[in-house]
Amino acid sequence: MAASSNPLRLVLPLLIFAAAIGAWEAAVRLQAIPPYILPAPSLIGTTMVADWPLLQASLLTTLKTTLLGLALAVLGGVFLGVVLSLSRIVEYSLYPFAVVLQVTPVIAIAPLLLIYLPQDVAVLACAWLVAFFPVLSNTMLGLQSVDRNLMDLFALYGAPASRKPFARLRSQLKALWYLRCPAALPAFLAGLRIAGGLSLIGAVVAEMAAGSAGAGSGLAYRIIESQYRLNIPRLFAALVLLAAAGIVLYLLLAGISHLLLRRWHESALGHEG
Amino acid sequence: MNAPTSTLVSLHGVSKVFTNGVTALSGFGLDIRTGEFLSLLGPSGCGKSTVLRLIAGLAEPTAGHVTWPGSAHEDHRSEIGFVFQEPTLMPWANVADNVWLPLRLRGLSRRDAQERIAESLALVGLQDFAKAYPRELSGGMKMRVSIARALSLKPRLLLMDEPFAALDEITRFKLNDDLLKLQNELRSTIMFVTHSVYESAYLSSRIAVMSPRPGRILAEVAGETPGPRTRDFRTSPRYAFLCGKISQILLEQDAEERA
Repeated sequence: MAASSNPLRLVLPLLIFAAAIGAWEAAVRLQAIPPYILPAPSLIGTTMVADWPLLQASLLTTLKTTLLGLALAVLGGVFLGVVLSLSRIVEYSLYPFAVVLQVTPVIAIAPLLLIYLPQDVAVLACAWLVAFFPVLSNTMLGLQSVDRNLMDLFALYGAPASRKPFARLRSQLKALWYLRCPAALPAFLAGLRIAGGLSLIGAVVAEMAAGSAGAGSGLAYRIIESQYRLNIPRLFAALVLLAAAGIVLYLLLAGISHLLLRRWHESALGHEG
Repeated sequence: MNAPTSTLVSLHGVSKVFTNGVTALSGFGLDIRTGEFLSLLGPSGCGKSTVLRLIAGLAEPTAGHVTWPGSAHEDHRSEIGFVFQEPTLMPWANVADNVWLPLRLRGLSRRDAQERIAESLALVGLQDFAKAYPRELSGGMKMRVSIARALSLKPRLLLMDEPFAALDEITRFKLNDDLLKLQNELRSTIMFVTHSVYESAYLSSRIAVMSPRPGRILAEVAGETPGPRTRDFRTSPRYAFLCGKISQILLEQDAEERA
């Protein structure tokens, strides 16, 4: 039974989507709702085409922030996760701060960041902050989830247990590379999928905070600006692009995850099972 | 068959107290003789696995000694193959790479290890599955991979911790026979932990029955000589006698405890 090859799974949501758009279009036309209250989907489409140069530039700005924020979050999260997994002392001293970072609503830090940092750096920092923690916590969880027996095998067949710190570190790094990293991959990729969405949210939140301070050019800024100018069709067009960016990002990360795990991990096998 | 006389490993007055205060073993003594098939039989939690871990050097005894009389080396880990109750395979690596792990940890490249990997897989009859991933294999086949991995270093002593306990009986019978054949070919010593009276009676040249915690040896029963069993051994009076004798020891111990 291959669930994903069932055409209904693709056709049904598309039908619902088309029906909803059609109903929206019909409602706007039949009741003659003015476009500054609710624009018809067709008008949003034409606005998208007409304002494309402007919207495209904004889309690129937001995407750049999101992807760069995500990349930095992955680098930082994986690096810190590995360091924390190697040393208890480092873990005890740093992990609580990472949690504090996570539970603080970042939108509250955004205005501060905007004061201390140049605007584009502040927006990037915001995207990085929200995407960082899921990567870190999932990487750590994954690194600790190695089968105990496999670690025993490692102790049995690996280099003799040594009390010298350097030799111990070397054997720890070996275990990290042979066992912990592959074992951590599924959890890390799950964290990456979450972080991708959060990074976009972080970028939007920071752009909005920055936008209300009077500068910016990302999609979220376009939304704020359109709101002030009552250019509701453009606001919708920007919203559609943001949603599309989120979907594409998710599909991309899910695709990477499937590609890396398809040979062996349960989560990637559900479709074939 | 050369007479199994010389002692390979000797445990003397071994006690093990875990950090949580549980005494797993106390005054445990046992000699493992070269070439024998020794079963360690006892109820769950009696410290059977702890004995294996002590021999493998994965744990240190609280008191007493584990010695290798015939060997001057300090480090005996290269002489040991370990098979866990679970197959414990790396799910991200294919069968050949799983068998490679001990060799890889010894610094052998994939190319240099190729021959040994193929040899080990052939021993357990999985030569056609080198490229398969663990999830594609049945429980019995996974256990064969686990055994092939333990054999890849050509160990003198094979330690097996209830390796077939999670398998169905038909698969277990098949693997029991394969294991006996394997020992006959490799002439290695096997120490086999089990809680099945029937499995120990079928496989072993010697059965050491353990008491509940803290574990010590209650009695030793001589079994059949190592090597493949005849077709009708499982239905023979000799097998029934062995099973009866072992069961009796366990029952007596139980009665003693209740008294």
